[in-house]
This record gives sequence, C-alpha cells and structure tokens, in this order.
Amino acid sequence: MFEAIVNMTKTPKVIVLRTAGTNCDEETGFAFEHFGAKVDLVHINKLLNREVNLSDYHILAIPGGFTYGDDIESGRILANELRIHLGEDIIKFINDKKLIIGICNGFQVLVKAGFLPGNLTGSKISKTYLSQKVTLISNDSSKFEDRWTYLEVRGDSVWTKGLKEIVYFPVAHAEGKFVPQDGAVLKSLTDNGQVAFRYCSQYGEAPVYPQNPNGSVDNIAGITDITGRVLGLMPHPERHFLFEHHPFWTRKEKQSKYGEGSMIFKNGVNYVKTTLL
Amino acid sequence: MNWRIEIRHKKGVFDSLGESIEKSIVDMGIASVSKVEVAQIYNISGSLTKSQIQTICNELLVDKITQKYECADCQKLTHQKTQSDENIVEIAYNPGVMDPVEHSTMKGIIDLGIEGVESVSTAKEYILTGKISAKELDLIVEKVLANKLIQHVVSFFELKKSSKRNLEQEVEVVKVELLGANDKKLMKLSQEGQLFLNLNEMKTIQKYFKKLKRNPTDCELETVAQTWSEHCYHKTFRGDIKYQYTVNGVQKTKTVRNLLKSTIIKATTEINKSWCVSVFHDNAGVIRFDEDSNICFKAETHNHPSALEPFGGANTGIGGVIRDILGTGLGAKPICCTDVFCFAPPDMAFKDLPLGTLHPKRVMKGVVSGVRDYGNKMGIPTVNGSIIFDKKYVGNPLVYCGNVGIMPKDKVFKKVLKGDLVVVAGGKTGRDGIHGATFSSGELTTESEVVSSGAVQIGDPIQEKKVLDALVIARDKDLYTAVTDCGAGGLSSAVGEMGEELGVRVDLEKVPLKYDGLNYEEIWISESQERMVFSVKPKNVKKMLEVFADENVEATVIGEFTGNKKLELFYKGYQVCDIDMEFLYEGNPKITKEALWAEPKIKTPIIPLQASLNDKLLEVLSHYNVCSKEWVIRQYDHEVQGGSIIKPLVGVNCDGPSDASVITPKLGSLKGIAISNGINAQYGKIDPFWMAASCIDEAVRQIVAVGGDVDRIAILDNFCWGNPDKPDRLGSLVRAAEGCYKTAVGYQVPFISGKDSLYNEYSDGKKSIAIPGTVLISAIGIVDDVTKTVTMDFKESGNLIYCIGETYDEMGGSIYLDTFDCLGATVPKVNTKKAMKSFKALNKAVSNGLVRSIHDCSEGGLGVALAEMAFSGMLGATIRLDKVPYKGEDIRSDKVFFSESNSRFVVEVTKENQKKFEKLLEGISCGVIGQVEETPEFIVYGRKDEVCANLYIQDLKEAWQKPLRW
Repeated sequence: MFEAIVNMTKTPKVIVLRTAGTNCDEETGFAFEHFGAKVDLVHINKLLNREVNLSDYHILAIPGGFTYGDDIESGRILANELRIHLGEDIIKFINDKKLIIGICNGFQVLVKAGFLPGNLTGSKISKTYLSQKVTLISNDSSKFEDRWTYLEVRGDSVWTKGLKEIVYFPVAHAEGKFVPQDGAVLKSLTDNGQVAFRYCSQYGEAPVYPQNPNGSVDNIAGITDITGRVLGLMPHPERHFLFEHHPFWTRKEKQSKYGEGSMIFKNGVNYVKTTLL
Repeated sequence: MNWRIEIRHKKGVFDSLGESIEKSIVDMGIASVSKVEVAQIYNISGSLTKSQIQTICNELLVDKITQKYECADCQKLTHQKTQSDENIVEIAYNPGVMDPVEHSTMKGIIDLGIEGVESVSTAKEYILTGKISAKELDLIVEKVLANKLIQHVVSFFELKKSSKRNLEQEVEVVKVELLGANDKKLMKLSQEGQLFLNLNEMKTIQKYFKKLKRNPTDCELETVAQTWSEHCYHKTFRGDIKYQYTVNGVQKTKTVRNLLKSTIIKATTEINKSWCVSVFHDNAGVIRFDEDSNICFKAETHNHPSALEPFGGANTGIGGVIRDILGTGLGAKPICCTDVFCFAPPDMAFKDLPLGTLHPKRVMKGVVSGVRDYGNKMGIPTVNGSIIFDKKYVGNPLVYCGNVGIMPKDKVFKKVLKGDLVVVAGGKTGRDGIHGATFSSGELTTESEVVSSGAVQIGDPIQEKKVLDALVIARDKDLYTAVTDCGAGGLSSAVGEMGEELGVRVDLEKVPLKYDGLNYEEIWISESQERMVFSVKPKNVKKMLEVFADENVEATVIGEFTGNKKLELFYKGYQVCDIDMEFLYEGNPKITKEALWAEPKIKTPIIPLQASLNDKLLEVLSHYNVCSKEWVIRQYDHEVQGGSIIKPLVGVNCDGPSDASVITPKLGSLKGIAISNGINAQYGKIDPFWMAASCIDEAVRQIVAVGGDVDRIAILDNFCWGNPDKPDRLGSLVRAAEGCYKTAVGYQVPFISGKDSLYNEYSDGKKSIAIPGTVLISAIGIVDDVTKTVTMDFKESGNLIYCIGETYDEMGGSIYLDTFDCLGATVPKVNTKKAMKSFKALNKAVSNGLVRSIHDCSEGGLGVALAEMAFSGMLGATIRLDKVPYKGEDIRSDKVFFSESNSRFVVEVTKENQKKFEKLLEGISCGVIGQVEETPEFIVYGRKDEVCANLYIQDLKEAWQKPLRW
C-alpha cells in the first residue's frame, strides 16, 4: 500500500474532461493509461464545484464528441464554460508547462475558447491572449463524414515527436473546416511552426477532396500553441491505436502491435515523466 | 422585451448548407434558383438590455471569424428584400416540438452570467435568389425546406407575439359512456378515440366495467387500448391462427397456437445453447461474451413515423432501440448500431407517387440523417446495415434499427420489490408522440399525416447520452432493483409492465412537464423521448437522485409499487384510473385469425442467352440493391469507442463492401463480436419460407466470411408484414416463420430476441398497397481473436480463387432476372447439412491462417462477388466458369455467373497453402475457378471456354459506385 502511494507521485496523471455529449472519453483515457498514466474521466461539474482540482493533473485531454449537441455551433458552449469559469486554472496549467490535447470536438473547444492558437508572439499566456483567432466550421460537403486521411506531420511539438512523416488517422466530423481570422494569423501559425498536421495525399502531395475532407484552409488539420505543448487536431489518433485499427490492416505485414496514433499518447506520458516528475 | 437576432455568413465564406439546398431544389426540377442563403434566427425574450444581447451574440451565438449578425427588438426587424428576385422564407418548429438548441442556448446565456431570459426560440431564414412563382416557392418549402408535421412558415404577425405558452386548467375527470353503448357505438368510440380495438375487444372491456358497475375514465380506456395494441401485445403472433396451405397441389389446414412459441422460440429451446443467458423475456436477448461480461442485442422498427417525418421517425427509432439496451437487465452500455432500410427506388417519378406520400429520395435522405444524428451524437458506432429498394415500399418505408450492448454478467436479471418507489429519469414529458402505439397498429392512409401528427417527434440524443452516463454509474452502485425504457405507450406501458405482478400507484402531477396544459391522460400516454423508469428501494432514493443530478439529468419519484395488483393513477388527488393488472395483461380476448398460403403461379421466364455478359454485369452492379452505399455509410461514425477492427468499407481504397463488421467491445481485449444481417424481399414474392431460410443463411455466412465461429452465432428476427387481418398476408407470414424455425435448427443458431411490425400498408383511399412481406435476420457472432479475421478484397496477384458450395439453377428473385423485369420461379433454397460442413471447414481454414480473402455470394451471385473482390483489392482476375461446382440441369454461363444459390463463398488462397486448404475442404463441393491477376482486367471464360466477360476493374467499380453517389 505504501509503495503504491509512493509510485503515484511518480505517475503522470491525466484528466479526461467530459460533459453532456462527450463520447470519446473512454478510448482516449485508455490510450494514456496503456502507457502508464493514471487517468480520471471527470465531469466538468466536479471542476466547477471544486471537488476536483485541475492542478492535481499533468495532462488535460478534451476528447471527441458532441458536447451540448453541437447546438449553436460545435464546441461553443463548453468553450465558454472553460474560458469563463476555469480560464485562470487553465492558463496556470499552461504556464506550468503542463500538456493539453484536444481531439475533434476537443479541438473545436480549444479554438473557440482561444487557448489555441493562444499567444502568437511569446510563450507566456494570460487572459488577454484568449481571443478567438481561428475557427472550425461546417465541412464544404455540408455533411458529417467518417473517413481516413493522410496527414503530413509538421513542427516540433512534444506531442508529435517520433511520428512518421506521413501518418494515417480517421476523421469523423461535420464541422472541421479550419479557417483563420486573416492572412496574418495564418502566416504566424506557419512561421512559428504551430501547424502540426496538414491533410495530404498518400505520398505527401497537395490533397484534393476527399483527401482534404472538409475544405480546411491551407489543408490544416491540427495546430499547437507556440510552445507546442497544447495540441488540437480534428483527426482521431486514438482510433489508430492498434495495428488492427488500420482500415486495411489485412493487407499489411504486422510489425508492431501499435497503430500510428499511439505515439502521441506515449509522447505525452513520457514528457511528464522526464520533464515534470 | 422580445429580441430577434439574425446571423449570416460573412461575404466570401462558403455556405455549405445553402449549396446543398440549392442542389436539392435543382433535383426537384426547378432550375431558376441561382443562390440559397441561410440565416440562423434566435428569438430571445426577457428583460435584457441591448448591451447584454450584444454580449450574448458576440460571445455565444456568433462565430465572429465567419459570421455577422443583426439584432433588434423583433417588432423593428422584419424581412427586407434587397433585390426584386429574392424570396425570403422563415421556418420554425411547431409549438410543442422539442428543439434542443433552445435548452442549450439558455444554458450558454447563464454561463455568461446573464439572467432574466424567459424563453429562446430558433428559426431558419432562407433567402432564395431567382425568378420563381409563388407556386414553385410553396413547392420548395413543402418538398425541401420544411415538414408541416413539425415545422411551419413563420408569418410576420407571429413575430410580434410573445412565445409564452399557457395556462393552468381545472381538473376534470372524463368518464366515457361505455356501459350503455351498443355495438355500433362501441366501434365509434374505438375509431374516434384512435384506440384501434375491434368489437370483441371493446365488448370485453364493457363487460369488465359492467362488473365494476361504473364507466371507465378516458385514461383507463386508453391504457387498455395501449396495452392490448398489436404494437405492445403482438396479438397476431400470440393468438391462434387457422392456417390453410397447399403442398404439391393438396390443400391442408392446421391450427397454429401462438406462432412465436411454435416457431421462433421453439427453435431456441431445441437448440439449447449454454451461452444463451436470457432470451425472449427482456427488452433484448442476452448471450455470454467472456468471463465477466454478457452481450445483448435487439432490433426494432420505426416504419410509420418514418413514412410521415423521415428524420424524426428514424431519429426516435434509433433512440428507442438504444433505450431497449439501456433497459435490458439492470442496464447495458450500447456498443454499436445496425440499420437496415427498405425504400421505393430513389429515381421514382413524382407523378407515380400515391397521394399523400413523400418522395423516396427525400424519405431516404431524411432517414439517413435521422440515424446519423442520433447514433453519432450518442457516440455509438453504426457498423452494419443494408438498404433494399422496391416500389411497394413507396408509402410505407421500413426502418429497422438495431443496437448491441455490453453488461457485467451479474446485472442480467431484475426484480421489482414491493415498496420500491417509481422513479422517472431523463427528458421531460410533453404532448409529443401521443397515440404512437395504437397508430402503428393500423394501416397508413392519406389522412394519417393529419390525424396522427401527434405521433411524430424528434429526439434529443444528448439527453439520452446523459441518461446513459448516469444509469451506468447508478447500476454499478446497485442503486435500483429494476429498470425499463419508456417506448411506445410511454409511462403507461413502462410503469404498467414493471408493476404487472405487484401493482403500482402513480401520482401523475409529479411527472416533470415540458410545459403546462397537459391533462392527466396525456401525461400517462405521452411518448416523449429519452425517459427511463426505475424501481428504487426507499433507502437508496437519495443517492439515486444525486447520481442523476451530478450528470445534469432530472430524476423524480412519481409513485410506488404497492403489492395490491392494481393500476392506480391519481392526478392532484383525483383518482383517474383503478383497474386490475390481471385484466390489463391477461384479460384480452383470444383471437383466431385466418391465414392462407398458396404457391404463386409464376412462369419461369425465357431469357435469350447473350454472347457477352459485359453489359449485364455492369447493369447488375448498378442495380440499387447491389450498388455501393458509401454515401450513407460515411455519414455514420463507425469507429467511435475505439474498437473498429473490420469496418463496413474495406480494401485498398477503403471503399469495398465488407461482409460483416467486427469490433472489440472492451478496450485492451482482442475478443470481438461480428455483426451482419440478411434481408431479401424478392425471394418472399416466390416463397416466404425460402426467403426466411435465405436471410438466415446470408446473415450466418457473412459472419463465417470474416472468420466468425458458426457455433457462437445468435440471431434476431424482425418481421414487417402487411395487414394480418387479410388471410393471404398472414399465410405468407406463417410460412416465413416456419422457414425461420427449420433453418435456425439446421444451423443450430438460436433466436435470442425479435419483433414484428404488422399493418404495413398504405391506402390512398381506393386501393391498399401492401409492402412485400419482409423479414430481417440480424446476426451476432463471438470472435475469440480479432487479429485472425479476414476481409473480402483480393490481396495479391497469383493467388488461387476458389468457389465453395454448390450453384444451382436458382434464378428466381435474382437481380439478373430483375434487369429483364422478371421475377422467376426457382427461388434459392438452403441445405443446412451441406452448408454447415463448409462453414466449419472455413472456420478452421481462417483460424489456421490459410485464407487471404473471403466474400460471400449474395445479390448478383458469383459475378458480383468476384467483381467486388477485384476492384476492392485493385487487382484483376481470370475466372473459368466451367470449374464452378454447378448442379443445375440447364448449364448456361449466365446462370452460373448470376444465380443466387445460398451458402456459397469465394475464397482467395496462396498457392503455397493450396494443399493444406484443400485437405480441410475434403468432401465439400468446391473448385479452383481462377487466379488473381496483377493487370486490372476482369476476364471470365464461359462454360464452353469462350470469353464471356472482359472488363477493366475501374469500369466495374464505376458502375457499382455511380447510382448512389449523391
């Protein structure tokens, strides 16, 4: 018993945030847990009433789903809840060099709350930087689509270290078209190395629909903040966790039990182990 | 004050919704609309300042990067045309129709710290640019923009009105004059009250109340009607049937007592599998999965609501079957959905539509959207399905929704205890869905959309997701003793069923309402969605309500299970119902229905033999019942929950049609389930017995095709038939049920649950169109190691192609004959003894790793199976039809190629494994019929060694993908 407690202090702790309509919480939590993290799936009510403290964790994961039904627009209501009621806590979390990942709906939330792309000019963040600078809107096809996409991996975020140059993850969304506020924001994102994933063809060439499944500007599928510690992406790495999740694994030789998305979760856990513990 | 906010896209932002509406308008044949813009409208009333409204807009409602807005006092902001050829229409939900956005917006405003909002309503404004007549505009509104059952065009005057709803009314207990009624009056009461009860049943009710020496209340009469409805009681399947049938020209008669028990359940009892945990007495059938968990499976239909309001009908259909899983045992967690639809052909001419029906393309798009909305938002992957088309489904589409759940093995059984409290949790109760159960127990007519409009509703998947989250927590804390879902009949059937043995008392005024003004009867029978009923020991009630409150779900105590074996309802102190449970559940008169089955007289058509089968192969691939359904599949999230192993689309470009889907329900475990279905209405037109047999064969062989163990397969039956009061319809139903029994026993696959939906007919006033009797067989198989499963795409050139199983001259009901507009007489039969050997041998071959790909032969036969394997693997093939094991008398290449004989597979094996594979297949009919080729050509040699087909695989794929690429 005593041993277990001692080990706990050396164990990366992940909070997977959930609320009405969250639905990828279990598989996202599983991915972190598999690499040795202690994972709690926590309803936002528990953070709001201070039953649970964000500062007890090293990684905040906002998983996919349809929080509040995507009513008004995707991610908006949860984004406001976080920004208004937990804004200070999250800013401290980021400034403490902890990690945040938002997948699909979680990405929409981070973008609409202004945590992504965050401060485009320096690594410190405060409330003033929380204005929305990019958005994710309805796919050009105007419908929900579940399909696999090839992604060119860019930048040097802690999350994407060691990933292959081109990875293959599925998207499943209706509002994933990335649109920056203006050319200046887009330029900063590119210049700062904040673009983490771009849709591409199988061979890394410029994509056409459906390779770019939603019409995203500059084929952007995922971005980080300027430090690379806050990552948001529309595709689902947790759905390519095992080799057998690949859509045509039956045609491929098995070299590892893992799929190409697993590395992201492993990176997160390893960063905490080496840097924060 | 009432504020109106209009939100539009900024200039230069692509309006994808506008674009897709424009496309639909062009589809209708109106070409003059050049642009469609959509504005989102919010009407907010309450004491709010302009600056508060601006905060609401800037921080909540408007995406400032892509949108702009105007807001004003709603009296000032009106429709303003800027150009003469602009047509502006605003569409809103009818009062009483649930709009989840209202609730979310209220929450969002409170998050901003702004109080004082009284109500929120939403609408959409459509600005259509182009010269169109008023009549065309009406048509666009009716066919594309709105469904009058749930929506209406907003007029200017309405904007000025406050959207506040009424009002307290006085309690008045309504008594129905039943005791003195003669036969004519009794039937009038049944019709006018939409009770759908026959004279004998009305008389039985009269007799009961005569004994009580009083008239029933409206609520009592309605409760009996709900409980005795075909939908809830399944009178046809449970009653007696006098069955007349003809065998080899000799007429015979027999009495079938309880069709369900004497066919479907009988099969399960005889098969007696030890892994069947709970069959036929709960919301879903339960089978063992692994040491700790069980799996449950159920499929339902939602046909009549989907005919009238496709989105809402399918939406609440899927919501309903998910609640069945939540309410199985002490509750299961849903892990995947299956959906099977039957529509009229989507290219049907508008002029051919019977009066009062929606166009099949609109029905299809609406149904798909409804399923997409609910399944995706609940986070349940939709992994398997099928769509078939037939003109007879025109007024009466079929929408089958299935759901699979997983539960801990100690949560399978429930028991309500005396003294337990009745807790209702989830959505509030409104006036929606009143008369749903009785409505689905009669035929649809042109009047249905007027009379039964209350039966149509829209679901709120997020509400149901919250209920699911709370339910699982409460279950694992052992906080309740039983649970069931509110489905058809609402509280009336859910609470009634739970209290059947003990008796129950409910105080109806305690039920949380969406708005005031509902009377006690409406509260009792409302079919408002997303509600579950629990029985909770008094000592656990506090904790139970806390768990639900933590997930923001409303849960309320509304009554008690009493032990006096009565159904007692009170409303504000007045007793409105007092009847004996025994009368309610056992008191309905036994009925005997007449059934007649005679072999239809169909001539075998004479089809001229063609030298080349190229054109026919392309035509068969393009047939609606064969072609790709990718447009539908991609709109469903089939990978959420992280357990997708074999997806519905497979192959090198992720676009080939997989036979069954495989998922792993437990993260971290490689044990899986395989899901498939069998459906074919064509065969039933020749012989429903062999249709049922073929459907079971198809469902089972598809699971075998991915590597599922045939000894671990369970199935569900879903019968959709016409009016069973007509002897010919009922005769074919009996025959189909007999086919189910024989084949299930033959394959030793037990039925674990099932459902029937009868009265699927559409009457336009003159004649009645019955659907072809349609049985859906859904199958589930347990897969011990998913890493050994296989897919249907060819893998590598040089590999051998086998055909396993025998091909007969069984062209009846085939797609090939349909391309000649013929039905044919020789329907595919099933030989379970022979097939079982193939299934077992293939199981072994797959688990020994000897197989590279397998595909079953179904619609379109060997030809379609081979073509699909080739283009899914982007590889060619050379095929020799003389090597196909053929047992027919009349040997013709087209028959070998397109016959739809059952129990057949195409299998790809490496040359290296040839000997091992053939050893396993000893004694089984099979042949090496060709080889996979590197060049993208599909070459088929006929029975006389002539080339009878020679096509590029790209052309095969294009023919297959084109028809439903919307």
